[in-house]
Amino acid sequence: MDSIFTDILAGALGRYNYWVVIVLMMAGFYVVIASTNLVKKIVGLNIFQTSVFIMYISIGKISGGTAPIVWANAELYSNPLPHVLILTAIVVGVATTALGLSLIMRIKHAYGSVEEDEILALSQAEDEDE
Amino acid sequence: MMSSQLPALQVVLPLLGAPFCFLLWRYPRWSWALATLLSWSAFGVAIMLLIQVQNAGTIEYAFGGWQAPWGIEYVVDQLNVLVLLIVSGIAAVVFPYSWTSVQREIDPEQQSLFFTSMLLCLAGLLGITIAGDAFNLFVLLEISSLSTYTMISMGRDRRALTASFQYLIMGTIGATFIIIGVGILYMLTGTLNMQDLATRIPDLGTSRASQVAFGFLITGIGLKLAMFPLHLWLPNAYAYAPSAASAFIAATATKVAVYVMVRYVFSIFGVGFSFETMHIQWLFVPVSVFAILFTSIVALFQRDIKRMLAYSSVAQIGYMLLGIGLVNVTGLSAALLHLFNHALMKGALFLAMGAVCYRIGNTFIDSMHGLGKQMPWTMAAFVVGGLSIVGVPLTTGFVSKWVLIQGAIENGWWPVVAVILVASLIAMLYIWRVVEAAYMKPRPEGAESITEAPASLLIPLWLLAAANIYFGANAQFSMELAQSAAKTLFNSAVVGF
Repeated sequence: MDSIFTDILAGALGRYNYWVVIVLMMAGFYVVIASTNLVKKIVGLNIFQTSVFIMYISIGKISGGTAPIVWANAELYSNPLPHVLILTAIVVGVATTALGLSLIMRIKHAYGSVEEDEILALSQAEDEDE
Repeated sequence: MMSSQLPALQVVLPLLGAPFCFLLWRYPRWSWALATLLSWSAFGVAIMLLIQVQNAGTIEYAFGGWQAPWGIEYVVDQLNVLVLLIVSGIAAVVFPYSWTSVQREIDPEQQSLFFTSMLLCLAGLLGITIAGDAFNLFVLLEISSLSTYTMISMGRDRRALTASFQYLIMGTIGATFIIIGVGILYMLTGTLNMQDLATRIPDLGTSRASQVAFGFLITGIGLKLAMFPLHLWLPNAYAYAPSAASAFIAATATKVAVYVMVRYVFSIFGVGFSFETMHIQWLFVPVSVFAILFTSIVALFQRDIKRMLAYSSVAQIGYMLLGIGLVNVTGLSAALLHLFNHALMKGALFLAMGAVCYRIGNTFIDSMHGLGKQMPWTMAAFVVGGLSIVGVPLTTGFVSKWVLIQGAIENGWWPVVAVILVASLIAMLYIWRVVEAAYMKPRPEGAESITEAPASLLIPLWLLAAANIYFGANAQFSMELAQSAAKTLFNSAVVGF
């Protein structure tokens, strides 16, 4: 009985970083969909992407492994590849955020608002004018 | 010596050209000339790759001499050489066109940036197509997407900004789904090389994790290819982007995403996993049937013809997914053939709208009244493209629809055949609206007199319109490529890649 309980506990907590990934992913995704403020949408998108970064970083970790730098005393190295991959993905994420934020600046100039519902109302008015 | 480096040059030329194009920002004409030259060289490289693949079979190129599966590999086979050819071919036609068109639509100080984005987008799209590495594919996908968002935001209407933003949000969610899928696959197999993945995935059996990866990948790619109902970003993006950008993106971006879908479903996961374990055809078929009917009807009610063409694109992507969902060689050949043909027809139609926009400043149907007499060449090219969308014999659209119907009959799916025919009738109606406005309605009183578009717009437009007729009347070339690619993809289920 005791062993089943510890098994479940180990299953739930032993991979806690993946729980963090799932929570962040869903939180970020929710913010992207639910918020009407464009800046908040970009923030949500960032949280969503960050969850993937953590997932990749967790993949690379090997229990007992050291940092992947050649060292005489090392017996086991962590896998550096996922970390390198996610560096690339972080760069892509930064580029996306920068582009998103600069688009928001242009939208603010053009519409005078960063609230999606107000912009939508203005756009629809334009659609009807045409 | 040079010829062994062709796969790298295909992507590296436009990618390295882009910063130079940007440095010429004071001289937009020079940056346009450079971009055009590079698009032609990319087309030349694609033709040489096609010849090599047809003579010697699949080409594998190890970047920096690092052999796969450790290094990053570029692979050219019969499937992606078709896509390379169509993407670079469309670029080679649209880039020369863009100069005249951009003069009317983009401020001089932004023109070089526009050409730079077009070049980056071309590099990204060619890279996605040629990459043999799942992560490399993601990076190039983002290069092409980010430059597409930039191009769309340069449209004159302020709604271009919101269209671009909406696409950025949906596109980034799609791309993130793709890296989640790739990450899970890497966890399971320890490799990112596509051929290596293809040999290791069958050993996993039907593990829950590989099914989750499959789900993430299909959804992510589905967002990028505007799979119904994930297409919401597409109509605004195509309608408000500058004309040259609309033509380029509409003809290439979603086609490359369809290619990625085919690559994942057939080569990487394999026919057995995708269709027998995951039954992905029961997603593709209903979704595409609904897309074909619903978006064709929506297209009927659009006032802006660019937006009408955008909705028609969603329907045409439906045909491609339907071809994949038929799960037979004929259906897959139809999907690949339609990928090639649809690029030609949508390219021609959007270029025609660009010429109209150049002369009258918008693409509303009521401003096109009487245009048939005043811009006879432009509107005639539109009619050729339109006939191709409808699927009239002797045009490319007929060839791919014919093969698709054959594929559906092979499965005995008569209702699907009916859907294809009904959708063709609806397509005839929405093309007819434009024909009626341009040829039957008189030019409104007091409207300023309009002359034909300049030759710099007409020549590229007619090159594509002529290609529609040429590949419709003489479909052997595209048909053979599509069929042999489709056969290889189905056989690869047994031998790996």
